[in-house]
Amino acid sequence: MAIKGRMSGNEAVSYAIRQVNPDVMPAFPITPSTEIPQMVSNYIANGEMDTEFIPVESEHSSMSAAIGAEAAGARSLTATSSAGLALMWEELLLAASNRLPLVMTLVNRTLSGPININCDHSDGMGARDTGWIQIYAENNQEAYDNFIQAYPIAEHAKVHLPVMICQDGFITSHAVENITLMEDELVKDFVGEYQPEEFLLNPGKPIAVGPYSVSNYAMEAKKNQEDAMVQAKEVILQVAEAFEKISGRKYGFFEEYRLEDAEYIMLIMGSAAGTAKEAVDELREKGKKVGILKLRVFRPFPAEEIAKALSKAKAVAILDRCESYHGTGGPLGEEVMAALFRSKVSIEAVNYIYGLAGRDFTVDHAKEVFGELESMITKGIRPEQFQYIGLRK
Amino acid sequence: MRTEIEKIKETTPHQDLTEGLMVFAGGTSKVVQTGEWRTNTPVFYAEKCKQCLLCAPVCPDSSIPIKEGKRGEFDYEHCKGCGICEKACPFGAIEMKGGVD
Ligand code: SF4
Ligand code: SF4
Repeated sequence: MAIKGRMSGNEAVSYAIRQVNPDVMPAFPITPSTEIPQMVSNYIANGEMDTEFIPVESEHSSMSAAIGAEAAGARSLTATSSAGLALMWEELLLAASNRLPLVMTLVNRTLSGPININCDHSDGMGARDTGWIQIYAENNQEAYDNFIQAYPIAEHAKVHLPVMICQDGFITSHAVENITLMEDELVKDFVGEYQPEEFLLNPGKPIAVGPYSVSNYAMEAKKNQEDAMVQAKEVILQVAEAFEKISGRKYGFFEEYRLEDAEYIMLIMGSAAGTAKEAVDELREKGKKVGILKLRVFRPFPAEEIAKALSKAKAVAILDRCESYHGTGGPLGEEVMAALFRSKVSIEAVNYIYGLAGRDFTVDHAKEVFGELESMITKGIRPEQFQYIGLRK
Repeated sequence: MRTEIEKIKETTPHQDLTEGLMVFAGGTSKVVQTGEWRTNTPVFYAEKCKQCLLCAPVCPDSSIPIKEGKRGEFDYEHCKGCGICEKACPFGAIEMKGGVD
């Protein structure tokens, strides 16, 4: 029996953490993810879970402690945002290269500067080449569901990679919405007990984790890590299928919203997809063939699948909530365009930047983008590439 | 996943390496003669030694072997020449000399 509730994104993820009850959680507070370690600490204090919570002095330490605990054989977890993630930089790569299946709940917030505490994806995108699996949520329900799927993906024998479960700061993390929760037992059965094959605190079976590797080995190790990331694709889909059986909620690499006959598609990730869907519904009323491809799994990047889903459209708008400062748009723009090129899908593609540092993205903005795509095809008016949506000029 | 470390060589294809290059054995650092990194070398004067054993536990490379309660000659195959043992010895039985041997 599903449980109906009302929760913020942070509450939803904390609720899932209580249900999964990982062994160790080192964390350091940073807005807007602070509530997660706070709520987990409350659950622990109230005897509702028995995770070993480690209050550390920085995010460099929280990720280091999570890595140490995971290598020792404990299911580990941490939470962070923005500058906290940036401070973990070196350790993020170690977690992945040492093939440690730990989980982080990232509440996306812009990276300074200018210093600002609101949402964009510059923190997560900055960590896009660290070897972590990254799964993004549109709302509290998806943040909850994605967290429950995180350990089964990370700990799968074909994967053994860390997973980042991402939700938009404040917009998702603090806004209270309806949610459907699962019973504790159902979640516990789905996630199961962590039984690592090799771990440090394993008497009689000594191992060394993260040894120095000379040039004759390091490149091979990196290839193996990349292979695991590729293999994660099928595991992510398997876990989603199993999750659908117990929850009734369907997940894939992305959600196709009214794409079946869509001529103009917006590719977007995170909470703004909800706003864009509203615009699509209104435009569909007027007979416009528009739709949304909402990316859920950013790492591994489902390049071929995206190209296929876009192949019948006339034009796609790729929306980045992140600036890459290299003069050619954002990370989603680059990767999606490269995917189209490699799959020989020749449609028009325009990269937009929106919502930086919490700037509002409205239904009207989304409609304007669809309008620009249509004018490009029907009137030959080419929209400016990499334009900032809602910028004062 | 457990692999005998001796079976991994510099010609091993990537598929056959261990995950994350994990090493499934203990004490493997003995195999590599890291003593050749040394630029200074401790010299042991057995006649001055009182066998107090203050030197052995401070050696970061376990290069002062103890047998039947007595320290012996340095393990020069692994000693890095850091000089910590010289500082620890209260009886001047250890002296650092420049060079590898
Ligand atoms: S010089 Fe350093 S490494 Fe060598 S025996 Fe003394 S303490 Fe050990
Ligand atoms: S500290 Fe000096 S006297 Fe004591 S055992 Fe070592 S070498 Fe001998």
